[in-house]
Amino acid sequence: MDKFRMIFQFLQSNQESFMNGICGIMALASAQIYSAFDFNCPCLPSYNLVYGLGVLLVPPFILFLLGFVLNNNVSMLAEEWRRPQGQRGKDPAVLRYMFCSMAQRAMIAPVVWVSVTLLDGKCITCAFCTSVPVETLGNTSHLGLSQGEMKQVLARIPCKEIYNGQELIANEVAIRYLRCISQALGWCFVLLMTMLAFLVRSLRPCFTQAAFLKSRYWSHYIDIEPLHAARNPPQPEPEQKPHKELRRLQNWFQQLFKLGRSSSVRQRR
Amino acid sequence: MDRFRTIFQYFQSNSESVMNGICGLLALVSVKMYTCFDFSCPCLPWYNMAYGLGIMFVPPVALFLCGLILNRQSLVMLEEWRRPQGRRKKDLAVIRYMCSSIMQRAMVAPVVWIIVTLLDGKCLTCAFSSSVDPEKFVGFANTSLVQVQQLLAKVPCKDDEFMRNNTSRKAVIRYLHCWSQALGWSILLILIIAAFLVRWLRPCVNQATLLQARHWSNYIDIEQKIFEETCCEHSRLFAHKCILHFFKSMREEIKLHSFSSPEAGEGAEGEEDLLRGITDQDQVNKLLKMWYYEKPPLDVCRATQRHPLGQEKSPLPWADSPGTHSKFPQHISV
Repeated sequence: MDKFRMIFQFLQSNQESFMNGICGIMALASAQIYSAFDFNCPCLPSYNLVYGLGVLLVPPFILFLLGFVLNNNVSMLAEEWRRPQGQRGKDPAVLRYMFCSMAQRAMIAPVVWVSVTLLDGKCITCAFCTSVPVETLGNTSHLGLSQGEMKQVLARIPCKEIYNGQELIANEVAIRYLRCISQALGWCFVLLMTMLAFLVRSLRPCFTQAAFLKSRYWSHYIDIEPLHAARNPPQPEPEQKPHKELRRLQNWFQQLFKLGRSSSVRQRR
Repeated sequence: MDRFRTIFQYFQSNSESVMNGICGLLALVSVKMYTCFDFSCPCLPWYNMAYGLGIMFVPPVALFLCGLILNRQSLVMLEEWRRPQGRRKKDLAVIRYMCSSIMQRAMVAPVVWIIVTLLDGKCLTCAFSSSVDPEKFVGFANTSLVQVQQLLAKVPCKDDEFMRNNTSRKAVIRYLHCWSQALGWSILLILIIAAFLVRWLRPCVNQATLLQARHWSNYIDIEQKIFEETCCEHSRLFAHKCILHFFKSMREEIKLHSFSSPEAGEGAEGEEDLLRGITDQDQVNKLLKMWYYEKPPLDVCRATQRHPLGQEKSPLPWADSPGTHSKFPQHISV
């Protein structure tokens, strides 16, 4: 319990730390969900591809959306985007900055899922077992199987207990081959993502540093303005009455806001 | 738990400590990743070499890039390198010092991966099993070239049907493991000797320049951190002032349009100061509506006189004027 409290306190020390913490937790959760998930390849010709690619691609999409849902700044961004201009202009660069930083954090859990899936190898083995090059790895010559029958046999490769094509191609050979391809794809994916992250991070100071500092300041301002008004009044200085008044006012204001909202709901009904 | 906390606090005590901590963490992550990774050699003639060498060299590149990404000082160094000169000269020695310290820290995790891979032996065995001389091993000596290549490629897989009862297989594996571990220990020894020599001989060469470079690189790092913290603090104060002005301007508008209830007379004057003229539900609703439909301008020096809704547009406070690329922050009027 102590360990969690300490980690929690560290993560809450500032907003960015908190968001990085959520990001890290989601990455760990995605690796844990994958290891807890009971992968069962159907071992049927057309179902294998759908199942394998489904497990590879659908959960990352869900995790990406979850990353946005768990990010408290999403509603802030939507509000800033949709508000009428009024007396304060809108800067699309600030909106773009906020969206990009949210998208980058939300991408981490899906990337972890795809990497772990590819490095484990079960999905690709299941999805592409019917595409194994039997001519080079096995012997097709004296068996006289039609295309459809061969596909049926090959589809059972991931299910060792029902595999009946040992004369066509040895089960271990096919699985080793597919797993090797899967792991190669996995490491290439990890390398590609790391390179992309490195380029995004290192090219920014070379080209758009001034615009970046501006966007970062104003996105932080937009972030704290409503929070500041509602939750974090400034520290009162004893000789300056207005600050104390502001804090009392803000507390009262919060209560009125709740009252106003519930009465307007009643009026609409 | 206490020990963990003290270690954590020690590593957070200064930025160099933080970077050393991240470097160590990444090295541990690299060892953990290797042990969790399920190495399965394909046992096919050309694929073995590609797989074995790929596993030995591709993850270190990814770990190196991770080491650069996670190190905050790399961004600081790039900013210092690319910034316009402005009113502060650039010192290339400082930038070189920062670059070399970043590279040294980023190299630790890849080197750990390569050494662990070599000491374990599976990668090299998989990559070079087809390249051993078959004459040295009894079981492979008298077979045709093509067949021997196929057999040797299957050596790393002990469950393969050809290799299950093959005694020469163990001899080949021992041979390759021996080479792999010898290479691993040699690389480790060379690196440690190199690090030892660099650390011992550095004070003999240019110690004064080194001290200066270290001081100024630390300064640049701290200055960046303090600038970010000051900007955060400034935005809080700015928000506070903007909101106070918003309430003041709402009060003026309410007075102008006589929204205040006639019963709130002089007796309630004290409370009205606290509530800033917003004393009933309608006024609060109007305030909230105003907050959404017309956010106040980001300029707290303007008069609190407000024009009717929608006719006033403030100039964009964040509009960039051309040519303002100096290192020093722009003055924002508050």
